[in-house]
Amino acid sequence: MKLKQNQLYTVIALCVIALFVVVADHVFDPFILRVFNLCAIYIILALSLNLLNGFTGLFSLGHAGFMAVGAYVSALLTMSPQSKEMNYFLAPIVPILKNITIPFFPALIIAGLTSALVGFLIGAPILRLKDDYLAIATLGFSEIIRVVLTNLQTVTNGAQGLKGLPRFSTTYTVWGVAGLMVLFMVMLMRSSYGRAMKAVRDDDLAAEAMGINVFKTKVTAFTVSSFWAGVGGALLGHQITTIDPKMFTFSFTFNIVLIVVLGGTGSITGSVLAAILDTVLMEFLRFLDEPMDFLFIHTEGTPGLRMVVFSILLMVVVIFRQKGIMGGKEFSWDAVLNFRKKKAQNGQTDQDSPDKSSPKEGGRHA
Amino acid sequence: MTFSLFMQHIVNALSLGSLYALLAIGYTMVYGILRLINFAHGDIFMLGAYVAFYCTSLLLLPWWASLLIAIVFTSILGMGLERVAYAPLRDSPRISIMISAIGASFLLENLAVLIFGGRPKGVEVPEMMGKVLKLGSVSFLSVSLFIPIITVALLILLMWIVNGTKTGIAMRAVSTDIETARLMGVDVNRVISFTFGLGSLLAAFGGIMWSYKYPQLNPLMGVMPGLKCFIAAVIGGIGNIGGAVLGGFLLGVIEIMIVALFPTLSGYRDAFAFVLLIIVLLAKPTGLLGKRQAEKV
Repeated sequence: MKLKQNQLYTVIALCVIALFVVVADHVFDPFILRVFNLCAIYIILALSLNLLNGFTGLFSLGHAGFMAVGAYVSALLTMSPQSKEMNYFLAPIVPILKNITIPFFPALIIAGLTSALVGFLIGAPILRLKDDYLAIATLGFSEIIRVVLTNLQTVTNGAQGLKGLPRFSTTYTVWGVAGLMVLFMVMLMRSSYGRAMKAVRDDDLAAEAMGINVFKTKVTAFTVSSFWAGVGGALLGHQITTIDPKMFTFSFTFNIVLIVVLGGTGSITGSVLAAILDTVLMEFLRFLDEPMDFLFIHTEGTPGLRMVVFSILLMVVVIFRQKGIMGGKEFSWDAVLNFRKKKAQNGQTDQDSPDKSSPKEGGRHA
Repeated sequence: MTFSLFMQHIVNALSLGSLYALLAIGYTMVYGILRLINFAHGDIFMLGAYVAFYCTSLLLLPWWASLLIAIVFTSILGMGLERVAYAPLRDSPRISIMISAIGASFLLENLAVLIFGGRPKGVEVPEMMGKVLKLGSVSFLSVSLFIPIITVALLILLMWIVNGTKTGIAMRAVSTDIETARLMGVDVNRVISFTFGLGSLLAAFGGIMWSYKYPQLNPLMGVMPGLKCFIAAVIGGIGNIGGAVLGGFLLGVIEIMIVALFPTLSGYRDAFAFVLLIIVLLAKPTGLLGKRQAEKV
């Protein structure tokens, strides 16, 4: 009975969200709609990184690299020969790629698969490393990907980047893919694969003793995460319609890591909330860069102030609330209903469920 | 390649390697004690160069006075950074403190953009550093010769501090086992502060010398050297000062020499460090001079 009630709530909530997306597509002005769609893309990227950092316990700092692969593959597959010709004025594009133009959805999937392949090839050797070493090695690979993209003039147009990508990332596309991603993550975490990943995160030796193939689980997680990163990167490329290697630097990865940590590592709900919060805040804080009049204080436009405020906010969150918004927990109707009941009773002790132990973060001795 | 050209490259490689070594030491010392990748270290390097630049260009101080001021300033900044951003997180999961470090790094970079402006600034190289020296047929800038010499002097000083003084013994004790060191009466907080100060001092010095060798400043100038020097520290075996020096020199020599021998690869220059890192890590996961640790179960 209760289960059915919860399912009903879920269906209603999904309908409301879907309706909201449809309404938003019609009502919002182009700028707000762009931010709104960016939220969906960041949800995809954050969840794909959370799969590694939060659920499998592999601290990766290489996400931007996989996004770049996805963005470039999809861009090269979907751009028309004319717009490619306009882009490649320094050196002509390699003939094979010149005349390829395929529809968006196959291109998106190929972008994801290429990124997954790169992830698999990179992951297989370096997943033997642990903790900080893994973080640095993934960061290294992401930088290598970026440097290679900058230098392959005839394939990627080098540092000039690609301009005029077809604007395929409509509201429905990005939110559809984001919904798919959330569904995928929820299903994955309920499956034996997801449980194996969490087991590896909590204690890889114990997991191994239980018969889980630790290495295979790690490589699977890495590959799947790369797939979604590639898809997210491709969507991003088709949203802003310009890509260049400089976009995919470490600071981009960092932004995604920030979302994951802000939301709570190992929480799907947290990543979704934090992705929206982060994207909206980033755009909202733009006013800081512009000239302002506040009572008697007049400031000139100070480019950079936004990022300063943003970095400070981040550090405050990390220092004072390390667990993030959700702290490893997930959204559930029972929790919401209980919370309301408790509020109604007021006067009870604060929490009934004991704090779930936070994910293990590796001992002090590496 | 002629002999004189080769020698020129060697001089360049040695001075770049020295700068990398100076920066890598800071990473390795902090990592040795706190198991923390101090991402903000590269930005301290940048700030050192900027402070010295402003001391000479605005306050019209002689370059050595600017150097001193910048070094003192960045040491204090390094210690303050540790107090504010890392000390509250000392007992938290490793990932939190790493995020805080990345946050601190972004904060410093963006503050630098805000205060100094994003446009690159040209540095006026002091006469003593900018002279063209000729040694037979080999010609090079005097700064390229000064850097390795001063680096070696600083290294000797550092070795004396670490191995010969009481604070140095405390540093080594803390890096071996923080809890036991505390029980033995070592003031852990003071030692950690000192380590940050020392590391920042070397970084500032490296930054200033860097700005004499490549006379242009921009707020993001510390990012790439920072990453590379952390890699140098990992290659040498992190936590080991000798390893950091070895890694720094190795990286400098390889970077210059590959570009010199295969000019077509010059676009890939920034990738060498990462390729080298991955090769070393796969072959010897704890770095060249690192001790292999048995995993405790």
